[in-house]
Formats: sequence, structure tokens, C-alpha cells
Amino acid sequence: MIEVRNLKKSFGAKTAVNGVSFKVEMGEVLGFLGPNGAGKSTTMRMITGFIPPSEGEVFVGGFNMLDNPIPAKSLIGYLPENAPSYTDMTVMGFLGFAAELRGLHGDAGKRAIHRVVEMCFLESVLHQSIETLSKGFRHRTCFAQSIIHDPPVLVLDEPTDGLDPNQKHEVRTLIRKMGRTKAIVFSTHILEEVEAACSRAIIIDRGQIVANGTPDELKQRSELAGAVTVRLLDGSSTEVMQRLNQLPTVGKCAVLSESPVTVRAYLKKSGERGELAREIGNIAATERWRIEELHTEEGRLDEVFRNITRPETKQEEAA
Amino acid sequence: MSEATIDSPSTTSAPAVRAEKTRGTSAWRHIWTIAKREVAGYFASPVAYVFIVIFLLLTGFFAFMVSGFFERGQANLMAFFAWHPWLYLFLVPAVGMRMWSEERRLGTIELLLTMPITPWQAIVGKFLASWLILALALVLTFPIVITVNYLGNPDNGVILASYAGSLLLSGAYLSVSAMTSAMTRNQVVSFILSVVICLFLILAGYSPITNLLTQWASSWLVDTIAAFSVMTHFESIQKGVIDSRDVLFFLSVIGFCLFTTSVIIRAHRAG
Repeated sequence: MIEVRNLKKSFGAKTAVNGVSFKVEMGEVLGFLGPNGAGKSTTMRMITGFIPPSEGEVFVGGFNMLDNPIPAKSLIGYLPENAPSYTDMTVMGFLGFAAELRGLHGDAGKRAIHRVVEMCFLESVLHQSIETLSKGFRHRTCFAQSIIHDPPVLVLDEPTDGLDPNQKHEVRTLIRKMGRTKAIVFSTHILEEVEAACSRAIIIDRGQIVANGTPDELKQRSELAGAVTVRLLDGSSTEVMQRLNQLPTVGKCAVLSESPVTVRAYLKKSGERGELAREIGNIAATERWRIEELHTEEGRLDEVFRNITRPETKQEEAA
Repeated sequence: MSEATIDSPSTTSAPAVRAEKTRGTSAWRHIWTIAKREVAGYFASPVAYVFIVIFLLLTGFFAFMVSGFFERGQANLMAFFAWHPWLYLFLVPAVGMRMWSEERRLGTIELLLTMPITPWQAIVGKFLASWLILALALVLTFPIVITVNYLGNPDNGVILASYAGSLLLSGAYLSVSAMTSAMTRNQVVSFILSVVICLFLILAGYSPITNLLTQWASSWLVDTIAAFSVMTHFESIQKGVIDSRDVLFFLSVIGFCLFTTSVIIRAHRAG
């Protein structure tokens, strides 16, 4: 439904987005990750046709955004960053305005408003002026606007920004539910959100895609993925280290704590789920270690994220 | 064409066909939707009320107190209309300054321009809404028409023409304000720029200035500069003759400024 080809955007001398390409099909929820200023919002603005790309093309439902903006835009629901809305209007008035611009007049408009008001829990503030609303309600009002025409494509720029944990959870649930029948792109810098709602994630850094895969695949890129942690009731950490280092698949070991003795064995090639835990179990049996805990680590997204989107200062030091 | 269309023709073609079919009628519908929202916005804030009240007070004050409407003893509204270019100079930019700068400040411009409408529909819709507020204020000056008809026998054709001229004049100023408000998210900057440009449009044909110019510039040059002034055309309409050249002048100022507005908005988006 969404296809982005070699998208580039520069503002003056600064390149914000540099050669981004990806596809999102129906039934997919694509998480767009990246540090602040990585080019997430700029990319989304180009997808929705708010700003034209310097180079490259955007197709939405087969329509080229540059040549055929009206049919392309009519397929998209968009929640811009910071969820802007006309603060002098009531929630009802604002949704009515959005419905009319989306070609929903009369009864169709009323039905559409009713539907999104129910979905976004806006009944209690329907006739209140938007400027009197809390941030959460304002946010949901703008979100409601984006789904008023039940679009096949949803582009959400930080949809959970500024919401409390309960509201965040609601929005994620909603995204996951709608993701079954729509093509959704949403940006965030909250990593747990990606695991909670996305079927696929793209990490973007300084305008370029640095990783693209399912959340599980991305986690496998973590150094931690497949590592095994052992905690013993007694024994010495050096002895455990020595034994574990002899295993052929183990790359390195680290002592996490001395008492109780906790050692983590990292794989040589992280992400290769293997027999490490069982092998360590066997060693423990022969060595008579009294194991308190033994488990294989999942990869951690934040670690992957940190490793591939190094902060600029580090980058400069390296250069 | 991307593969998406080939994969799922049923989901993509239906809205497209619908969009194609309704494009002609929906253009005006979109303009109407935007204008309606804009007018509601003016009345939700004090802008519309303040403008209308101040306009009525000032036109009354200048016509009766400064120009001495009664003392003149003439059954016409010259004393009333002569002040309009000067009153509009400050009042119209005050109405128009928020037109696009507010949209940019709130970030709603991003919503508006990602809707399935063309930027032109938004520009025209917003302009017409603000013009409607100005027209409303003008209509509310009707008591002075009644007064002059009660006291004497004025030429109502001239009065009607003057009203039309005043409306066109306010539209020309408003289009300048639309243009300056698209330039900046700061309403004060937008206001000042707009006043300066409108002042130029007045002074280029204001007789004290043109008289000064004739002392050292050739008359054809002065006439050419004066032809760009709203004063020349407004005064000509005030005589009671609606010359198509005068109407065309105001309409082309509006057209030019709105076109420039669209260029500025596009340039902002392009970065």
C-alpha cells in the first residue's frame, strides 16, 4: 500500500533524509524508530504529501504522491507530530470539519464521527472547546480525525507521545487491532512500543535506514541474544568462568556479581540460538554446581538501538 | 505504477474512481467547508467582534466628527467613504494576519495540506471567509445610508458603487495580508509587513504625494505609478462609475497576491 523509493530530502545544506526505501503492505504495522532528528518526521511528511521529496518517489495505493496527490491523500489518515488541532473549535466541530474535507457529508459524516468518538473515548468532551482539553484528549481528538474516513493507510507520528501509561496502552491496542486490516506506519522512540504493536520495524539514523526486520529479528542482532546467565548458590566465579570459556561456542564471559556468583556467557556469534544452556547444565551436573538460576537471554531492542544509532558525539570522536 | 495496485486493485481503485467523479463539485464544497470553519473561528475568537465594532465606531467618528458629515450639507457619503482606505490600512491586516500564520503556529497547516484538497481550495476558502467578515462590517454601516436618505435625496447608485468599491478595496488589502501571513508564523511581523505594503498601495496614488512627485518626475511616470495605487481606482469608483478597468485592477491585485501566497506556501513546504 505504501511504497517509498530512494527518498531524499535536504533543507539547504543539511540532508535530513538520505535514500530511504521501504514497502508496507496491508495488514502490516511498521514501527519507525530512530533517535531525535534522525529524519522520522520528515519521511512521514513526505509520505503524506505535506512536503515534496528532493529526490525519490512515494506511492500510496499505487498513486504517485507527486503526480496524483488527491487520490493518494484520500487513502491516508495522518496524525502529525504533536497532534495539532484547531484549538478554537469544539471536538465535534473539528471532527465534522475533517469528515467534510474527507467527503463524508450528512448522515455518512455523522456515522463516521460517532464511530471514532466511540473508538477514541471522546463522548465526555464532545462539545467542549479543544483549548480547554487535557493533552491526552487533544491527542485523541487528532487521532480520531486521522481515522474518521476509515483509511486503508495510517501514518502516525509519535502517536503515544505525551500520553499517560494507560492511554499509551489503549493506543497501542488500537494500532495493533487496526493493523490487521490496514497498512500502518508509526514512529516512536519508545522501544517497548515496537514489541507491543509492530509486525516490522525500521531503524533510521541520520537519514538512512540502518536496520529493517521483525522485532524478533532485530533483537537477534543484540549481543545479548542467546547469551546464558548462570547463578550459583556457592562456588567461585573464576572457576565458573574458566569452565565456560572452554566451551567452543562461547565468545566471552562476564561476572555479573560475586555473591551470589552470577556469570553470563556470551555467544561467539550472537543470536544463534543453540544448546548453550543445556551444555552449561551438563557442566554444572558434572562439576556439582548448585544452580539457582540458569536461563537463555532474549535480545534487547534498546541495546541494538544503541549499538546501531550511536550518538553523534561518539561518531565525531571516532572520525 | 507500484506493485501495490496489481496486488490489491479492489481496495485502491474504488476511492480513486469516487475522487475522480466528484472532483468538480467537491472543489467548491471543500472551499465552502474551509470558509465555514474559518468564519466560525473568527467568531469563536474576539477578532470578528472587535473588528466590526471598531470599524463601525471609527467610520462613524471620522464621517461625523472629522469630516463634518452634517456641516457639509451635501446629500452624499463622500465624507464616509473617503476614510475607508485609511481605516482599512490598519483594520484589514489585523483581520488577515492570522490567516496563515496561525495555521503554521498551531501546526494545523500540516493537517490541512495533507487532506485530499488542493492548496488553492484552502487559500480561496480562507480568503473568502475573511472577506465575508469585512463585508459584514461594511453591511452594518447601513444606518448612514438611511440617514442620508432621510435628510436629503442622494444618488443611491453612487452609494452602491462606492460600497462595491470599498468591498473591492478591502479585498485587495486582505489578499496582501494573506500573502504576508503566509510568510511568517509571527502575526506581528505579518501585520507590519502588510500595513507597509498597503500603505505603498495608497501613497502611490495619494494626491499630496503625486503632486510632490510631479515636481521632478515626468508626468507619464507619475501616472504609471499612480495606476498601481488603490487610491486612483477607489476614487474613480467613488464617482459612481464602475469602470471595468478599476474592477479588473482590484481583482488582479487579489489574484496576484493569492497566487504569491500559494507560491510562498509551496516554498515553505519544499524547505
